[in-house]
Amino acid sequence: MAEFAFEPESDQVHLAPGETPREIQGKSPWQLAGRRLVRNRIAMASLGLFLLIVVLCLLAPVYAHHIAHTDPFASNISGTTVVNGKRVDIIQQGGGGLGLGETPIGPTWQTNYFVGADNSGRDVMARTLYGGRNSLEIGVSSAVLCCLIALVLGVIAGFFRRTTDAILSRTMDLIWAFPVYLLAISLATVLLTKENGLQWGPIHISSSSLWVTTTIIAIVYVPYVYRPVRGEVLSVREKEYVEASVSQGASNWRLMFAEILPNIITTVIVLLPLMIATTVLTESALSFLGIGVQPPQASWGTIIDDGQALLYTRPAVAIVPGIFIVATVLSLNVLGDGVRDALDPRAKVRVRE
Amino acid sequence: MKRSVILFSAVLALVLVAAGCGGSSKKSSTTSTTASGGTKGGVFIGLANAAPPGSPDPQVNYTAQEWQLLIMTHDGLVGFKRASGTEGTKIVPDLAESIPKPTNGGKTWTFKLRSGIKFSNGQTLTGNDVKATFVRLFKIGDSPNAGTWYNVIQGGDGCVKTPASCTLDKGITVNGNTVTFHLARQDPEFLDQLAMPFVLILPASTPDKNVNIPPAGTGPYKWVQYAPTKQIKLVRNPFFKEWSKDAQPAGNPDVILQKFGLSVEAEVTAVENNQADWMFDPPPADRLNEMGTKYANRVHINPLTATYYFAFNVNEPPFNNLKARQGVNFATDRNALVKITGGPKLAVPTCQVLPPNFPGYQQYCPYTKNPSAKWTAPDLTKAKQLIAASGTKGASVKVNTDTTDTDKALGLYFVGLLRSLGYKATLQALSSDIQYSYIQNSKNHVQFAFSDWYQDYPAASDFLNILLGCGSIHPNSNSSPNIAQFCDKGIQAKMTQAASTGITDPAAANKQWAQVDKEVTDQAPWVSMYNPKYVDFLSTRVKGYQFSPQWFFLIAQSSVK
Repeated sequence: MAEFAFEPESDQVHLAPGETPREIQGKSPWQLAGRRLVRNRIAMASLGLFLLIVVLCLLAPVYAHHIAHTDPFASNISGTTVVNGKRVDIIQQGGGGLGLGETPIGPTWQTNYFVGADNSGRDVMARTLYGGRNSLEIGVSSAVLCCLIALVLGVIAGFFRRTTDAILSRTMDLIWAFPVYLLAISLATVLLTKENGLQWGPIHISSSSLWVTTTIIAIVYVPYVYRPVRGEVLSVREKEYVEASVSQGASNWRLMFAEILPNIITTVIVLLPLMIATTVLTESALSFLGIGVQPPQASWGTIIDDGQALLYTRPAVAIVPGIFIVATVLSLNVLGDGVRDALDPRAKVRVRE
Repeated sequence: MKRSVILFSAVLALVLVAAGCGGSSKKSSTTSTTASGGTKGGVFIGLANAAPPGSPDPQVNYTAQEWQLLIMTHDGLVGFKRASGTEGTKIVPDLAESIPKPTNGGKTWTFKLRSGIKFSNGQTLTGNDVKATFVRLFKIGDSPNAGTWYNVIQGGDGCVKTPASCTLDKGITVNGNTVTFHLARQDPEFLDQLAMPFVLILPASTPDKNVNIPPAGTGPYKWVQYAPTKQIKLVRNPFFKEWSKDAQPAGNPDVILQKFGLSVEAEVTAVENNQADWMFDPPPADRLNEMGTKYANRVHINPLTATYYFAFNVNEPPFNNLKARQGVNFATDRNALVKITGGPKLAVPTCQVLPPNFPGYQQYCPYTKNPSAKWTAPDLTKAKQLIAASGTKGASVKVNTDTTDTDKALGLYFVGLLRSLGYKATLQALSSDIQYSYIQNSKNHVQFAFSDWYQDYPAASDFLNILLGCGSIHPNSNSSPNIAQFCDKGIQAKMTQAASTGITDPAAANKQWAQVDKEVTDQAPWVSMYNPKYVDFLSTRVKGYQFSPQWFFLIAQSSVK
């Protein structure tokens, strides 16, 4: 009865480059993955960079109130500041005989207006740090929410198959068929203009809440995680240890979440940093288009949008948040590769001891 | 009833473009000098980001961008004088020999057409063309002001209800070259409305449906190309002979092009490099300094008869409270708002509804420190007292604006101001495509919204009655220009009286309108912010620049050779 026979899955051991069989003996897969990740210097440097950005953004209130001494959310059109001992206008009248135009102060390289001001006279550095809090919060939250939804749906679809799988998979295909940004823009346009926000039973989300953007981004990316999860479940549910549990009378609940889930979770863990990078980019794009984070709140996307009108005279307004986005996405992508290398044995040379 | 957003964007978007696409433009005509000193010939190249929005049909399009071209290709019975300054607000006879005195208590207007005028298709203008133009206005069904301006003609209301059977037989009678209008009631602004592009005279053979390119007209140019993604092209009308320098002077360039597709930044660069002669769109804020410094002699700044404002909804808390509205008015730093829009060279602070140099305008500002006619500084002490007395502190306020950079910055300013005054303010920035419709609809319960208004024609009622009259409130409609939903029966009665006075005594009427303006300002349905100025940026080729307060840059009167 082959179906119920138990055989060890494999006696293969997968070694990372430079790893010896002796080093990995007696270690759990998680210990091995952690060890491999820590030994990956590029991945750890990326993690360090990402954590540095996170810490900087978390310190935004400290920077704004104790270093720059500014309110990054209030217009300061008629305000002044001190630069090199001289009091100057934050929004300065244009030069020339015509005196046309008003230009915000450029980078002072001092604690106040370090990289200059935007059109409303607000400190761009302080706003960038505050914007990072929102961008990261939405990016991480939506990626986690997306993975959770995809995980649950993927497990259910892969485990039950047949009609359940057909319904869920076709629904995912439908979402997938829409271009990501078109779908996100459509949802955002509808949800952000709702007079009283969203109401789901006892849960109320105001239309200006960050959760609106978070939910939208999470939903549009669910199919991208659902697909590989479902595929893994379809494969794992045929494994012998699952069949063994079935023979012992395990409930569907137990089979799904005690037997299958632990064995496919690495797929999601590998995807998570990459999803965060993607959702941070998406959030920035939506906010740039005016349908993500709503002003006067900031995100890197809204600040770039503010800087677009100042590209000729004050390019720093757009460049600084752009640098933060690049650094964040790059670090998360490299970290994601490191996590994949650490967790995905198929990516490694297989060595038989 | 003009939608300011469209008009403004239109004004901004008008760019006469490019020289015959490539090199073909330079070949034409010989050079000669007009009596006024302008040089004839050449190709005028304008740039605009996009074609005028909406149908190109002259009786439908409601954008300054297309109007600026239509006035060079078509004529009305009367028209605004093609001149700079206040001269440009005067109405002069155009296709009509003279401006008649109305009879029958102001209800009958008889015009005699000039003889020998031909359309660009060679047909001779007759009285039947005039009547057919007005009938078509109703028959096409979507002319914006058919039911608000021209329905004053007898039978007009019926035509609005059943356009297909419109004949206006009782409203307009034709006898050879004499055309008589019979109005259902007096209308002091009938002449102004006759001077608007909706009733530029078209050949009677024009089909009663929207056209894809403006049909033949009587002006010095004719439309030969309307490609919304590429360009508009006007060339000389071979049948045109100048009959009135005031109403329709002969143009100077042989060809006038308006090319589409460049970004506004690229438009500035093209004009700087003399690759184009003019840009319709307003220059972006971050190029103004460069233009004012390096190209100062090519920049022209002119005041516009327009007002930018934030409207309180006087029917929604907290601004259903007069003291709260006045408090916000006292707290508003109008200099800061002017800075946002480009500085004191591009806007002038105001507290009232009517713009300067406009009929009925008398400078008035109760919402300033050390009160005088002119705004000088905000009075925060008084503002806080009023708001405390209003008992509205702590209320939630959604500040509605559109997503263009300047308008969003204005909204952000008020979010900050309202927060500092004790309100819980948030910003609601909607796309420019929907914001104006959204804020007009009472169903959306907008509390405090950005808007602006540009004159249709120089009459105080075009601001006061349309924007703040009781008749301009249409509940649950996207076309309800009284955004503040302000209706004061006493003030409304004074508006009606002023309109009535205007039929016989315009000067006395303007005094009455000035009083209305003051009383409305005291009721604070708006925070009036500033009156803007318009920037024209020209190539070195353009000579003879003139700015009409009605039609802005008079392209045909400039020369490019």
